[in-house]
Amino acid sequence: MRGVISAAGYVPYRRLDRSEIAAFFGSGGGTGTRAVASYDEDTTTMGQAAADLALRAATAGPEAVWFATSAPAYLEKTNAAAIHAALRFDPAVSALDFGGAVRSGVGALHAALAGRGRTLVVAADARDGLPAGADEASAGDGAAAVLVGDDSDGPVLAEYLGGACRTLEVTERWRIPGGARSRAWEERFGAHVLGPAAAEAWQAALDASGVDGTAGIDRLAVTGLNSRAVATALKAIGAKADSLVDPLINTVGNTATAHPALLLCSALEHAAPGETVAVVALADGVETIVLRAGEAIADHRPVAPIAGQIAQRGSLSYGRFLAWRNMVTVEPPNRPAPARPSSSAANRRTDWKYGFTGSRDRSSEMVHLPPARVSQKGGAADDMDPAPMAHSTGTVASFTVDRLAYSPSPPTVFAVVDFDGGGRVPLELTDVDADEVHVGMRVVPTFRRLYTADDIHNYFWKARPVRDGASGAEPPGASL
Amino acid sequence: MSSHGITDRVAVIGMGCTPFAEHWDASLDDLIIDAAHSACRSASIAQGGIDAFWFGTSQSAASGLGMAGPLKIQGKPVTRVENYCATGSEALRQACYAVASGAYDTAMALGAEKVKDGGYQGLNAFPIPADGTQRTLTAAAMFSLMLPAYADRYGVDRDELRYVAARIASKNHHNGARNPLAQFRREMPAERICEMPAVAGMLSVFDCAGVADGAAAAIVCRAEDAHRWCADPLYVKGLSVVAGTGAGSLDPDYDYTTMPECAQAAADAYAQAGVTDPRSQLALAEVHDCFTPTELVLMEDLGFSPRGTAWSDVLDGVFDLDGELPVNTDGGLKSFGHPVGASGLRMLYEVWLQLRGAAPAERCIPDTDRTLGLTHNLGGYPGEIVSFVGVFGTERGH
Repeated sequence: MRGVISAAGYVPYRRLDRSEIAAFFGSGGGTGTRAVASYDEDTTTMGQAAADLALRAATAGPEAVWFATSAPAYLEKTNAAAIHAALRFDPAVSALDFGGAVRSGVGALHAALAGRGRTLVVAADARDGLPAGADEASAGDGAAAVLVGDDSDGPVLAEYLGGACRTLEVTERWRIPGGARSRAWEERFGAHVLGPAAAEAWQAALDASGVDGTAGIDRLAVTGLNSRAVATALKAIGAKADSLVDPLINTVGNTATAHPALLLCSALEHAAPGETVAVVALADGVETIVLRAGEAIADHRPVAPIAGQIAQRGSLSYGRFLAWRNMVTVEPPNRPAPARPSSSAANRRTDWKYGFTGSRDRSSEMVHLPPARVSQKGGAADDMDPAPMAHSTGTVASFTVDRLAYSPSPPTVFAVVDFDGGGRVPLELTDVDADEVHVGMRVVPTFRRLYTADDIHNYFWKARPVRDGASGAEPPGASL
Repeated sequence: MSSHGITDRVAVIGMGCTPFAEHWDASLDDLIIDAAHSACRSASIAQGGIDAFWFGTSQSAASGLGMAGPLKIQGKPVTRVENYCATGSEALRQACYAVASGAYDTAMALGAEKVKDGGYQGLNAFPIPADGTQRTLTAAAMFSLMLPAYADRYGVDRDELRYVAARIASKNHHNGARNPLAQFRREMPAERICEMPAVAGMLSVFDCAGVADGAAAAIVCRAEDAHRWCADPLYVKGLSVVAGTGAGSLDPDYDYTTMPECAQAAADAYAQAGVTDPRSQLALAEVHDCFTPTELVLMEDLGFSPRGTAWSDVLDGVFDLDGELPVNTDGGLKSFGHPVGASGLRMLYEVWLQLRGAAPAERCIPDTDRTLGLTHNLGGYPGEIVSFVGVFGTERGH
């Protein structure tokens, strides 16, 4: 039996209230919110966050990481390798990018389910659109990760029953490399070509998976960037209204490449043993995947349920949203921009910079962040073990708000963090409002992009507050 | 620790100091020449009579050539030293030890910095290639960590402590207003400083040192030779440098209410100089007030106030110009300005003037029988400090 071993979604903390767009421009926007990647997040860091959540719930790590996005942080250089390093995978684990196309996310997932081995499929997207346009408002940023394997790799949450695809060469949604926004042909044309393709792929997938008709599907997610085509497909499929998975458009927005996997994760968080789950993704044709939840789903306890992540949100002004997306250029502090990190220096310290791993002195037990060869306590030399800290929780011992330092989004909030079980390190805080920080605040490390210099993204770790997502309560603090 | 010191073996026989200012019209070379020539005139010694040179600059030049060239020092050893903001004191320390060793009869220590050609406000370290994980906070933000930590540890109301910090800045502005070489010569009431917007933690711009260009120089010789050039030399009583391991950024026991490296350097220098009660023995202290919380905590680290009491001593005026122990009588980094490599020698310049009765009348310290002065100079940040403490006196012991 092959299928989903573990799955998790990641929704960034900030939300743009779409009504702010109309308040600024007099039109556009719409209702609800969209998730916004922080200025220090990109598809690689969001993908890492989702992958980390998925793996925390898994018993075995992957043999390969496949990363799909339409907004890669790098071309030519493999973005999955940064996720690989931040998750401290063995070098023998393969890391591959599925580049460029929105369809690559569901395609990578489908390929993994139909393939062999333990494969961690990570899909992430950060979606832009010109101000006041439909894409800007309807899109969202986020990621999802699905660990695919056989029942020998661990309990299967959902068995892969089968799937089908239809491929179309059609210029319906497109963007050239480096383009600031994607373009779309008239929506009705997309519905015209994608609707029938969806109906065909749907029937083929049902046949392949041995499910008796649309009525045999308990949870159905249909997604695509062309909302008219999605509606057409739903009609063609004959979907039952009560089987439809919340498309998350009103809260998160359409995360494009990540969305099929994100909706699958969401569906699995609610599925009962024996329920069938289907994903239909419309992009340059159709990918359809059908799964059946296994007994193990009853014990599926997501580390951070998507509903909880949606609830624990911080608001973001439209002005700051535009600045974060480089749609407006704001005056930076009058300080020199940081220099590019040294590739050779970074390579020597990959396990620190990406893996957030310090060292623990065997004799004194003192944790050194960054790792050290000579101990601060006792002076023992070259007698330390790795001290992975990425899953540690810490406490703010002291903090300051720096309004002078260079930052892509001033002010810089900085804290001295003391970790439970040992280890202190001064870290920048993120996903936080300056006036909610206090001594004693509980924080966890989070993998972020500090800045970019000479086209080199400088990835390292920050800390973010531990928030009570389960309660769904509005977090404290003023809006940015 | 075997720190034997060189007490009374080396004397300062001449000093020079340029105005500290935004010297848009003066180059680093100009500042070096002005300070060096001024020091030579002060000691009535020709530059050719000086045997060796130590050149302290943090970021303005890279080798001894930066000093040998403008001064046209012919065929002599010139060494550039750097130890963050303690660079000037480090140049002095090397020159003193060279003379004490017997290697040279005379030596010059010169510190100079040209910071205002960078085009940015504040001080900016030039980047050493690294892995990109190092902090990018400003020094102001790092030192701002000390005020809330101090308030919490000693139960001082934060608003009151904010006033205490402003009171320190105000005192230094008061002193700097009486110093023709100082960058800022305007008095500034503490109340107004408290009203200014915060730029880092609780600190406003007026809690930060002035950023200036400048240079200062000292000429030293063997103590027994001092009177050949100078009727009233200063004798070196104790010199100490302690470099931390960065423990404060590693060790959860560190609480940002002290700078242990400064306390260690002070203990070492006091032992060398025979100082047992600095508050009653020192005539004045020039300390590294890069930010107002730094001066507050230093009053305790240097042993001037018992732990947890410096804040009230500040309010009581203990460290005012006419106080029990005047601190930063020349305005300090706050008002005199902080050309990084020059500041340590600038501090000595004030001790040189005050102990010998050569300071301008409007900022003379009280007339006491105290003959010792202290300079304290640090680099780095709370938790990772390199600290210098020097003790100097007008009386030579046995």
